[in-house]
Amino acid sequence: MAAIRKSRSDRLFDTVNVVIMILVLFIMAYPIYFVIIASVSDPYQVTSGNVYLAPKGFTLEAYQNVFKESRILQGYANSILYTFAGTCWNLVLTIPLAYVLSRRKLRGRWLLTLYFLIPMYFKGGLVPTYLQVKNLGLLNQPYTLIILGGLNIYNMIVARVYFQTSIPDDLYEAAHIDGASQFRTFFSIMLPLAKPILAVITLYYAVWRWNDYFNALIYTSKQAYQPLQMVLRGILLMNENMTELMASAESAEAQADMARLAYIAQTMKYALIFIASAPMLIIYPFVQKHFVKGIMIGSLKG
Amino acid sequence: MAQVQRVVNRPGKIRRYLRGMAADWQLYALILLPVIWVFLMSYVPMNGILMSFQDYKIKKGIWNSPWVGLKHYIKFVNYPGFWQILGNTARISFYDLLTFPLAVILALLINELNSSKLRKTVQMVTYMPHFISTVVVCSMITLFTHRTNGLFNNIIALFGGERQAFLENAAAFPSIYVWSGVWQSLGWNSIIYLSALAGVSPELVEAAQIDGASRFQIVRHVNIPCIMPTFIITLILRCGSILNVGYEKILLLQNSLNLDTSQVISTYVYELGLLGGQYSYSTAVDMFNTVINVLCLLGVNYIAGRVSEVSLW
Repeated sequence: MAAIRKSRSDRLFDTVNVVIMILVLFIMAYPIYFVIIASVSDPYQVTSGNVYLAPKGFTLEAYQNVFKESRILQGYANSILYTFAGTCWNLVLTIPLAYVLSRRKLRGRWLLTLYFLIPMYFKGGLVPTYLQVKNLGLLNQPYTLIILGGLNIYNMIVARVYFQTSIPDDLYEAAHIDGASQFRTFFSIMLPLAKPILAVITLYYAVWRWNDYFNALIYTSKQAYQPLQMVLRGILLMNENMTELMASAESAEAQADMARLAYIAQTMKYALIFIASAPMLIIYPFVQKHFVKGIMIGSLKG
Repeated sequence: MAQVQRVVNRPGKIRRYLRGMAADWQLYALILLPVIWVFLMSYVPMNGILMSFQDYKIKKGIWNSPWVGLKHYIKFVNYPGFWQILGNTARISFYDLLTFPLAVILALLINELNSSKLRKTVQMVTYMPHFISTVVVCSMITLFTHRTNGLFNNIIALFGGERQAFLENAAAFPSIYVWSGVWQSLGWNSIIYLSALAGVSPELVEAAQIDGASRFQIVRHVNIPCIMPTFIITLILRCGSILNVGYEKILLLQNSLNLDTSQVISTYVYELGLLGGQYSYSTAVDMFNTVINVLCLLGVNYIAGRVSEVSLW
C-alpha cells in the first residue's frame, strides 16, 4: 500500500469519505445524546428550546420523579423477569433443535427442517394466532409474556449453522465409540463447545424480549403484568398522565407547584426514554462482537 | 431379476431405516418440545385459511361454522378504501426498498476508512440505534416533532423555518416512517456487507492498484462485484416481504390525522380483527397479504436465479 503514492483523486476520496462518516456519526448519535442531556436539564430550558449541545441548569429531578411512579417500577421489574425467564425458555426450545437439525445423519432431517421453515414464510395471521393463544388458556396469565415468542426460526438457523460448521464430525464418532448416549453427547460434549453461539443467541433473544411491546399489547390487558415498554407507550405515546405524581400534589404548597410539575413531565419523558434504553445501551459495547458474530454466522448459509 | 431383488429388499430397507431411527430416539426426544410448540403456535393458526372462507363463530368453531366461499375476499376488494390501503402499504414498502442500498454504501465507505479507530467508532455508533426499542424510537419521534417544543421544530425555527406538526401531516408520514427506520437499522444492516467485504481477496485489490486503478475504481470494479451475491440474497429476502409492513411501529405513530397514508394492511387487520371482532374478514385480508408476499418471494427468487445465478434455493 505505502509503496504506491497516493494520487490527488485518492486523497480527495479519503477526505470526502471521512466527512461523510462524521456526518453519519452525528446523525446517529445526536438524537440519543439529546435525550440524555434533555433528561438532566432544567425543564424550562428544554421546552423553550435552549438545550442543544450541553445540559442547561443541571438537575436530576426528572429521574427522582420517574422513580416515584410505582407503575414504572412495576414495569421495570416485570421486564426484567420476562427477559430473564423468557430467554431461558427460548434457549430450551432453540438450542436442542438447532443441534439435532445440524446432525447430517439424522433420519428425516430434510422433512423436519422443512417443518420448521414453512412457518417462517406462511403465517396463519393475527386473529387465528390470537384465538389459538386464547384456546390454550395463555391469555392474561402472569406467564403469558414468558411463554409466547418461544422460538425464533432465524435464531435457530444461526445456531444450527454454528453446530454444522464448527463441530467436526469426528467428535460425534468419538463420542459414539466411547459409548456416550445421544443425551450425554449433547449435554456434556456439545453444549460446552457451543458456548460462543449460546452467548449470541441469548443476547438476540434478550434484546428482543426487553424491547418487545406487541405481545403485551395483544395478549395481556392486566396492568400488573405490563412490561416496561407498555408503560412507556402509555405515558409517552398515549399521553396518560403520570397520575400518582399529580395526585400527590394535594397540599397547598404542592398545588403551587402544579405548573412546574407540568414542565417536569416533559423532561421526565426524556428520563424515561433513557432509563428504558439504558440496560441495552450499557451492555451493548461489551457484547457488540457477539452480535456481529451472529450475523456473520447467519450469512454463511441461511 | 433385479426388480424381484428390489421388491424383496424393500421391507428390509424400511425396517433398517426405522431401526436407525429407534437407535437415535434420544435425538428425536430432544426436539419433541419444539415440534409440539411450532405445531401449536404456527400450524394450528394456519386454520386461518379455512376461517377466511367461513363466517367464523367462536361458539361453532372451525368445524361447524358456515362456509361462505370467497365472500370476505370479494368484500375486501370491493371495500372503498381497498386501493388506498394497498397503495399505502406499497408506498411505504417501496419507499423503504429504495433506501435498501444505503447499507451497502455505508459498508463500502466504512471499508475504505484508513483509520481503524474511526472505523471502529463508526461501526459502534451506527449499530447502536438497533438496540433501542420501537416504543422508544416512536416516542422520540413524537417528542422531537412536537410543534411548539420539539427538537426538530426548534432547529427549524432556529434557521428561520416554519414550525410544523409533522405527525399530523399525512404527506409526511411515509418519510417519517422510512427515515426513522433507516436511522435505526442502517448500521446493523451494513454488517453483513462488511463481512462480505472482508472476504475480498487482497491480491485482487493489489493487482488493481498495480494496474493504476484509483480508489474509486477499486470500489467500483473490485469491491462492488464481490458483494453482489450477498446483496442479491438479502434483496430477495427483502422482496419476500414487499407487502409486509408490520404493525408494531405504525400503530404507535398512527393518529386520526395521518390515517390517509398510515393505514396499511396489517393495521387494518389489527383494527378489524382484534378491536372490531370481525374474525373471518380480517383473516381473509391477512391471507390475501400473505399470498402476495409468498408469490413475490418466489417471483423475485426466480428472476434472480435467471439473471445472476444467485438464488435462495
